[in-house]
Amino acid sequence: MTAIAEDIGSLQRQADRRRFLEPWLYLSPALILIFTVLIVPLVIGISYSFRKFSAFRSEYVGLGQYRAMLSDTVLHGALVNTLWWTVASLALQFFFGLGLALLLNRPFIGQRIVQGLVFLPWAVPIFLTGLTWSWLFNPVIGPLPHVFHAIGLQAEPVTILADPATAMWGPIIANVWFGIPFFAITLLAARKSIPSELYEAAAIDGASPWQQFTKVTLPFLAPTIAITVMLRTVWIATFADLIYVMTAGGPAGSTNTIATYIYVSAFKSLDKGYASAIAVLLLVLLIAYALIVIQMRRALLRDA
Amino acid sequence: MASVSLRSVHKKFGPITVLQSIDLDIEDGEFVVLVGPSGCGKSTLLRSIAGLETINGGEIHIGERQVNHVAPKDRDIAMVFQSYALYPHMDVRRNMGFSLNLRKSPTRMVVERVSAASTKLGLNSLLDRLPKQLSGGQRQRVAMGRAIVRNPQVFLFDEPLSNLDAKLRATMRTEIKALHQSLKTTAIYVTHDQVEAMTMANRIVVMSDGVIQQVGAPLELYDRPANIFVAGFIGSPTMNFFDAVIDGKQAGLADGSLLALPASAAVTEGQKVVIGIRPEHLHFTDTGIPGTVVVVEPLGMSTQVTLDAARERVTLLALERPVLAPGDRKHLTARPQDIHVFDRASGLRVN
Amino acid sequence: MPGQSRFQRIAGTIGVYGAIACYVVFALLPIYWTIKISVTPQDLLYSEGIRLWPSRMTLANYASVLEATDFPRYFLNSIIVSVATAVIVTAVASFAGYALSRFRFRGKALVSLVLLLTQTFPLVMVIPPIYRIMGQLGLTDNLYGLIIIYTAFNIAFATFLMQSFLDGVPKDLEEAAMIDGCTRFEALRRVILPLTLPGMGATVAFVFTAAWSELLFGLMLINSESQKTFSVGLLTFVGKFAVDWGQMMAASVLALIPVCLFFLFLQRYLVTGLTAGAVKG
Ligand SMILES: Nc1ncnc2c1ncn2[C@@H]1O[C@H](COP(=O)(O)OP(=O)(O)OP(=O)(O)O)[C@@H](O)[C@H]1O
Ligand SMILES: [Mg+2]
Repeated sequence: MTAIAEDIGSLQRQADRRRFLEPWLYLSPALILIFTVLIVPLVIGISYSFRKFSAFRSEYVGLGQYRAMLSDTVLHGALVNTLWWTVASLALQFFFGLGLALLLNRPFIGQRIVQGLVFLPWAVPIFLTGLTWSWLFNPVIGPLPHVFHAIGLQAEPVTILADPATAMWGPIIANVWFGIPFFAITLLAARKSIPSELYEAAAIDGASPWQQFTKVTLPFLAPTIAITVMLRTVWIATFADLIYVMTAGGPAGSTNTIATYIYVSAFKSLDKGYASAIAVLLLVLLIAYALIVIQMRRALLRDA
Repeated sequence: MASVSLRSVHKKFGPITVLQSIDLDIEDGEFVVLVGPSGCGKSTLLRSIAGLETINGGEIHIGERQVNHVAPKDRDIAMVFQSYALYPHMDVRRNMGFSLNLRKSPTRMVVERVSAASTKLGLNSLLDRLPKQLSGGQRQRVAMGRAIVRNPQVFLFDEPLSNLDAKLRATMRTEIKALHQSLKTTAIYVTHDQVEAMTMANRIVVMSDGVIQQVGAPLELYDRPANIFVAGFIGSPTMNFFDAVIDGKQAGLADGSLLALPASAAVTEGQKVVIGIRPEHLHFTDTGIPGTVVVVEPLGMSTQVTLDAARERVTLLALERPVLAPGDRKHLTARPQDIHVFDRASGLRVN
Repeated sequence: MPGQSRFQRIAGTIGVYGAIACYVVFALLPIYWTIKISVTPQDLLYSEGIRLWPSRMTLANYASVLEATDFPRYFLNSIIVSVATAVIVTAVASFAGYALSRFRFRGKALVSLVLLLTQTFPLVMVIPPIYRIMGQLGLTDNLYGLIIIYTAFNIAFATFLMQSFLDGVPKDLEEAAMIDGCTRFEALRRVILPLTLPGMGATVAFVFTAAWSELLFGLMLINSESQKTFSVGLLTFVGKFAVDWGQMMAASVLALIPVCLFFLFLQRYLVTGLTAGAVKG
């Protein structure tokens, strides 16, 4: 009798262990990869930020790199540029994406084809997006300077990428072009999941189309908007490829964002320590931002 | 075919106890129906028997075997889900043959069993369709077919008919009953539906809050409910209850009127009790409990009358067609042998 | 809708079609322009620089890209890297998504949060350490290194995608399969995975596109001609030679073909997939 009881006990423990281990078994390949390729380098990167690197050696400098950041005017410029680049890109992507989603939500002639076409920019590789748009801005082979000149935006048909005052618009436009489909896709699907009875009820209650939009559509889309805006913000803020391809941060640092600046100082000036310290700053800002948005979204979902 | 027995089965979800010390013996070939209010743990009990939930204490036996740690696939049971859970990517034939194919049964046998089951259930013309091409009733049949193809030791049903309309439900009820009579496989059936429980079961198990309240044949539960909960749960319209105090051989109701008790009542003078009387056992008389008619609902075969009497809302079911209007004052009574007496403190039956 | 005047309706319709037309033009202009220049003969390039379509067409640019440059090699490298990344990520993310969708366990919220936060890692921050680690492992300047890095970077999002697809498969189905005689793993393989094929398709497409587009890691890790991916090849091409516009545009169009095909083919699933992933977060 006791033998059986023990037997059952050990079976029970075995089953418990299996139940405990099983999800981790399925998760392990993903976690191992993320740990070794992202987390470990991240920690090493953070440790770099306390060192100073020169051609053949490195030395521990404590918070020296962080102190250097305080007096780095290029960095301050880059911070402002990053904010400008992120907010402008994000706002334009979002509003056009939302508009497009609402347009595509109603049936119209040729909807399937249009839907396929308007989402195409999202499939275009980023480096190609960058190259293509810089060609479009090129007065020799591209049409845009001539168009701008014709409608009086520019006195001469020259590329906007060469003028520090306007250069940032180049990557922003390319980024908007590339990012609209993402918002359109996610918001369209979220919009489609709103039950139509809600609109019927609102219409019977006498809501105008604008009120329907603000009282039904927006509250329903809010959680989706929060999470997509957050992912995109982070992504745009850390996204160096487009600017690198189109202007490489120039002219005169006018399109230098933190992401491109890190890239430049890590690989051009060889001081990985300083680049890492800047990256830590960016990381802290972004994680704080992400956590705030996640918290806001929770609150939104609770209220809904 | 096999018996199923549960020995003080215990189940918790986190801190919440969902099943407390369930003891139940189900005989080989029996059709047992589990009923109880929503959330009382019926599905959890069924899923524990299936092995889909791991119990926190106690033992489950299927046949001679203790199955606490046996995987669902090795328990030799079949289950029909409320959602039917048909595999959407397989046609009806493959859905029904899936379990046999998993067991590497010879193809000939699979074909034979599937065609036998589909003939029995009238599914022959649907064998090549996908689940999404079937109506609700047809899906239900396929789910049944998938279970009987297995020829399992035990059938488990979790509200299999609740997604069907009333008429189809009645038909399927009869069919499942007939199927059970021909297959004689032990079956455990969860339902919300009184009629299903009363008509299909060999025995009914009434549960509440994770505890078994009473186990018995349908009419036994109806005629002699063991406590107030079962009395109120079984039967529709529900039993009428009156608070009363024992006064000699009679019960004094809240309005002061007296009701004769059955001789079997084991009560003491002054004991606080609850009197239960089923609607069809109340009659109009000249003397008795005075009441005022509130609503009269002719149902055709019978007439349901709602009254206020003895400070309670009372339902009476009359087979004759009384001529009544709201506001009429009447007197009610019941034969002593039709009266159920429960102790008010413990809720237990005392006659 | 009743209650609107005829005029309002017509104006509304015109507005909708007008807005859609504007966006279609905006969306297609860059692609169109690339194609146009790629078929413009060298001698007309500047004289007809701003014409909508050249007066003569040529495929000479395509021929020279395919014959006289390393682009076919880059192309092949990109295909290898992107396909391998897409397949590995989808497999790994399917299992991880399955764990998050089907199990309740301690630490699950933490795992989700870590996955989400990896999305905020500035890529530039991990580049120097990764470069060193990969160097020590001998994985710089070859495609394996790229595949490993791309895989790690895409896993989080792919896992969320797969999780939301798996959440869409009722739990009953896998329980039914387990009663029918499957182990949990068999239920996954025979019932769940076939039902999430569209989701896996979307994940494959998403990861393929991302890997095909990647530039910075490629630039940093790859030096030798024979290992360059398309993006790296094209960019060095821009820098190194006096720009041959026609050839470059032709190469770009070629680079667009596989992603666009993939995309058009899987567009339907991608919409549900992306949404599900994004909405869930
Ligand atoms: N996975 C779970 N995690 C936590 N609690 C659960 C879980 N499943 C069920 N419960 C809880 O256990 C209790 C019993 O649930 P169960 O599904 O067995 O009820 P039921 O009797 O089948 O109800 P119904 O008639 O509505 O189907 C409920 O209170 C429910 O909230
Ligand atoms: Mg239930």
